[in-house]
Amino acid sequence: MGKLKFVKAMAVGLAVWGMSAGASHAADIVGLITKTEGNPFFVKMREGAQAKAKELGLELRTFAGKFDGDNDSQVAAIENLISAGAKGFAIVPSDSAAIVPTIKKARDAGLLVIDLDTPTEPMDAVDVTFATDNRKAGMLIGEWAKGTLGDKAKDAKIAFLDLATNQPTVDYLRDQGFMQGFGIDVKDPNRYGDEDDPRICGHEMTGGAEDGGRTAMETLLQKCPDVNVMYTINEPAAAGGYQALKAAGKDDGSVLIVSIDGGCPGVKNVQAGIIGATSQQYPLKMAAMAMEAIEKYVKTGEKPKPTEGQEFTDTGATLVTDKPVEGVPSITSEEGLKLCWG
Amino acid sequence: MSDDATGSATAERGLAGHEQAVASFEEDRRSRLRQVQHFLHEYPTAIPFIVLIVGVAIFSVIVGGRFFALFNLSLVLQQVTIIAVLGIAQTLVILTAGIDLSVGAIMVLSSIVMGRLAVVWGWPPEIAFVAGLATGLLCGLINGVLVALIKLPPFIVTLGTWSVYGSMVIYVSHSETIRAQDIEATAPLLQWLGHTIRLGGGAVLTYGAIAMILIAVVVWYVLNRTAFGRHVYATGDDPEAARLAGINTARTLIAVYTLAGLICAVASWVLIGRIGAASPLGNQTANLDAITAVVIGGTSLFGGRGSLLGTLFGALIVGVFRNGLALAGFESLWQEFTVGILIILAVTIDQWIRKISA
Repeated sequence: MGKLKFVKAMAVGLAVWGMSAGASHAADIVGLITKTEGNPFFVKMREGAQAKAKELGLELRTFAGKFDGDNDSQVAAIENLISAGAKGFAIVPSDSAAIVPTIKKARDAGLLVIDLDTPTEPMDAVDVTFATDNRKAGMLIGEWAKGTLGDKAKDAKIAFLDLATNQPTVDYLRDQGFMQGFGIDVKDPNRYGDEDDPRICGHEMTGGAEDGGRTAMETLLQKCPDVNVMYTINEPAAAGGYQALKAAGKDDGSVLIVSIDGGCPGVKNVQAGIIGATSQQYPLKMAAMAMEAIEKYVKTGEKPKPTEGQEFTDTGATLVTDKPVEGVPSITSEEGLKLCWG
Repeated sequence: MSDDATGSATAERGLAGHEQAVASFEEDRRSRLRQVQHFLHEYPTAIPFIVLIVGVAIFSVIVGGRFFALFNLSLVLQQVTIIAVLGIAQTLVILTAGIDLSVGAIMVLSSIVMGRLAVVWGWPPEIAFVAGLATGLLCGLINGVLVALIKLPPFIVTLGTWSVYGSMVIYVSHSETIRAQDIEATAPLLQWLGHTIRLGGGAVLTYGAIAMILIAVVVWYVLNRTAFGRHVYATGDDPEAARLAGINTARTLIAVYTLAGLICAVASWVLIGRIGAASPLGNQTANLDAITAVVIGGTSLFGGRGSLLGTLFGALIVGVFRNGLALAGFESLWQEFTVGILIILAVTIDQWIRKISA
């Protein structure tokens, strides 16, 4: 009897599979591969892609790595998409360089490959890149901090709450962008830690999360008790760093906090006056643009082109602050809340 | 006899002034080494304690007053509190020759349950808190049942539940962080362990650190002064012998994993106190950090030998080296490097003690 049940279940299963396989012939398969499901940025990206794919009548398959840096899961995801006969996919590479050979395999098989958020190395390994200009996002908050401090900017003491020891692309672009905006000589613009400006207190790693942010800021406060600017790689790190400031009794506004991302909790922290300014980016837009590009490619064979004068298509970054500085365009936290994600 | 004495005296006449001193030195050294080994066998926490003191001394010299200040030392204590609490849970499990890779995921899951129930669902903070504790307890119980009754290797079980609990974190949290300000407004109870006591000389003690010490005292008492504690050590040392001695090893194992889960849930309370928020991000390597603390603390991964105090020292050693190296201006990669060296040294010493005593 047990066996009979099993056979029946198999039969039903096969029938269902056959039906769904039949149905899928109607729609073109497209893919979205993100870094992790734990980060709201990528969750919003998936939601944006899902909504757009539905609107365009595409069948979307989504994948994510297990952790930031999980290359193997992304390789498997691409292989699955190739064998499923997908027309194209968008990917946020976890390992910018290691994913390149697998992407080449997909392009050789005729798939359109769109890179999102984090550029591959080299950048032309994909058909097109849709990303925030992270260096520009960093420059915006750097300029804002410089403008806010005014004359005091030359005596500032800056704590850098960075992402990770191996300095992934997004990490050094934001950090160095901030320095450029603030007026610090960055030396090698693609690496932080080689500067000799005395205003830099130090760089500590946060992993882009609250717990890391708090520990990093505690350490930097020990190193330089006179810190008055806190640069953070993202808003969770900023929230953690703020807890360290609070514990040290420095949550009275004496330390200027700047960040990047524009997630809803982060923009709320701008509204509450905790974060002075943040550069907002637009993951939903990135993903939606990718779905449209793939659809266009399927219909017309035309591939998307990057922004004039750039190697990639800039999806934009906007400064969100309630204390605007002259010469640095920005929107208010109220406007930012309407556009925020996560 | 007198003949022998005369004979040997005659024989030694030729050796006079030659190699006697060297021979006796060798003998002396070997016994001294054995003395050290016996000492370490008897006091397994001696090495981590010495390393901790040496570490503090080194950084006090290199960095100076900024490191060796009561405020900074109490800061290190704050920074290691979460890992120390997870380390206590991990010590219990490792004493039974097991391992728990899911401790960090259980902690984050419990914190998300607490934060979300209280802030998003609007439950009374007390009930949300208890639900968080129950979550940890349940996760631990599942681990224990799979290890003890289904008899799967602990490494495999917790490798699996690490993924399962990690996925639940994403599912329950919707990948959204509950902001510190929202928790402060609706459920200050959850941040209670973040409160501080200012002691003399600039030292700052968080309630979380005090909770950690209390947990350590309770678990120490259970391990060293109760029959259950003896059962834990016996089960880890030799499960077959323990069973023959009448110990219900399955029940002991289930109790250990469940207790570990509950302690992880308490760690989640410490976590919310520290970062203010309930966040699905971060703490990705908390499980490995907890194992690191246990191993550097001198507890044997083969079970049955080790101590809770060692684990606390182990956590502090990692904290002291990270803080000291950062203040001395080393890049963060050297912090990781040093922790790696400490782990290998600790296990080498453990193996050495086992070899000589065998």
